[in-house]
Amino acid sequence: MKIIVPVKRVIDANVRVRVKSDQTGVETANVKMAINPFCEIAVEQAVRFKEAGQAREIVVVTIGASQSQDILRTALAMGADRAILIEAESTLQPLAIAKLLKALAEKEAPQMFILGKQAIDDDNNQTGQMLSALLGWPQATFASRVELSADRVAVTREIDGGLETLSLRLPAVITTDLRLNEPRYVKLPNIMQAKKKPLTIMKPADLGVTLPSGVKVLKVVEPPKRSAGVKVADVAELVNKLKNEAKVI
Amino acid sequence: MTILVIAEHDNHALKAATLNTISAAAQLGSAINLLVAGKNCQAVAAGASSISGIAKVLHAEADHFEHHLAEELTPLVMSLTAGVSHILAPASTFGKNLLPRIAALLNVNAISDITKVESADTFVRPIYAGNALATVQSNDPVKVITVRATAFAACPTTGGTAAVETIQATAPVGVSTYVSSELSKTERPELTTARIVISGGRGFGSAENFKLLEPLADKLHAAIGASRAAVDAGYMPNDFQVGQTGKIVAPELYIAIGISGAIQHLAGMKESKVIVAVNKDAEAPIFEVADYGLVADLFKFIPEFSAALDQK
Repeated sequence: MKIIVPVKRVIDANVRVRVKSDQTGVETANVKMAINPFCEIAVEQAVRFKEAGQAREIVVVTIGASQSQDILRTALAMGADRAILIEAESTLQPLAIAKLLKALAEKEAPQMFILGKQAIDDDNNQTGQMLSALLGWPQATFASRVELSADRVAVTREIDGGLETLSLRLPAVITTDLRLNEPRYVKLPNIMQAKKKPLTIMKPADLGVTLPSGVKVLKVVEPPKRSAGVKVADVAELVNKLKNEAKVI
Repeated sequence: MTILVIAEHDNHALKAATLNTISAAAQLGSAINLLVAGKNCQAVAAGASSISGIAKVLHAEADHFEHHLAEELTPLVMSLTAGVSHILAPASTFGKNLLPRIAALLNVNAISDITKVESADTFVRPIYAGNALATVQSNDPVKVITVRATAFAACPTTGGTAAVETIQATAPVGVSTYVSSELSKTERPELTTARIVISGGRGFGSAENFKLLEPLADKLHAAIGASRAAVDAGYMPNDFQVGQTGKIVAPELYIAIGISGAIQHLAGMKESKVIVAVNKDAEAPIFEVADYGLVADLFKFIPEFSAALDQK
């Protein structure tokens, strides 16, 4: 089985983001970047399938600027076999990404896509579902457990109120939730080996895709600040305030 | 032009987030049709007809709609898009699972998790876990939108007189099947709609200690929540998680006990009207967003607070 894992380069999850003063977006210059955490979980899952003898080849792909090669190398060091960079402006939105991935699927003929459920920058949570619809494949979003059999995959999903298990016919699209696995720590020898693995660079036109226009971002602002309130001395004061000042109990 | 809202329900009752979604739709200015698709969900459709502001309830019945699989509902929604300017659903796991599929097949962008309607084509949505708010404008012929329920008031469930129209079910797709579900059973209010939420964090130290919250929650008729740290430590199941990667809540009163206040947790609760934080670390970041902060050991606080509530 061949698995394609699309990954995204985002501001590192531990960095406190700053909104630009001209309201055009969030400051990304000189900010630490990393592979999106949900994408990292997707790579880990694919590598586990391969280690279990259930996958033959793992292809990681990202769509973005040349710098995005760094996260492809991270994914290769985790155990992916080869990487593809589709060079494009980094502000492409999910519909455009899904179209590129669909075109790539037609070329690569994978049996499965595993993606993160959302990127922690735009928080869209759309790409996997869009790709699945364009391909006409089944989807299982927010996966916390996956089990492969000959021609199907059983996926337990994290839904509001609990868990739901679906069985999908392959080929299929899976998007990962946080608890699917804990990605491995990449060791130095793996990083060295990853440098030798193939990384292909292509353009959207190579895939014959005309990119759709996206939603226009008019402005980006900071959310209104919540001011800190008061410290109360004891439980009696707290209950008194909640009853008589805030009137919520 | 009409607006299509996709109802979230469990074949027995409408999920409350649908009502908030209708409120958002009502700000767009056209007639609203509500799609209720499921199996044996006549009661949901009939009940929805009294919701204020609905023009028509579209009711579709089929065995393959029972579990609301996105693959099965997509062709149904696609069959209803003629003359539709906006398609909305709650930004729940149901809506997030379904709407991007519809957008892709309509060849339009989807707009996730809106918190404000500026106009019929311009919306505000949080990005970067709520650390920034983006105002976005769509030029697409159909706007496909998921709505953050806590950002809009629920519309009234009475006063409406919408006709229920039975619509033709689309043929089964059959690429995916439902196997089973394990839903958390609780007598308490639902986390996202509760008036009061009490959440615990890693400070509890064990799943056993987390149970200390239960009598307190019952006393206040509150829902119980948990921080991601508490979920990761195995104290509570993931569907209790409040935060960017869990549930977004905005109750009238949010009580955070033993929660330090990581950015990702704050993203899930900072829109609450009144926030109480109880933590033994006076420097915990949770105090920066709390209306009332109490520096205390949670194991002392819980019995004292519980006793004080009894005295009222």
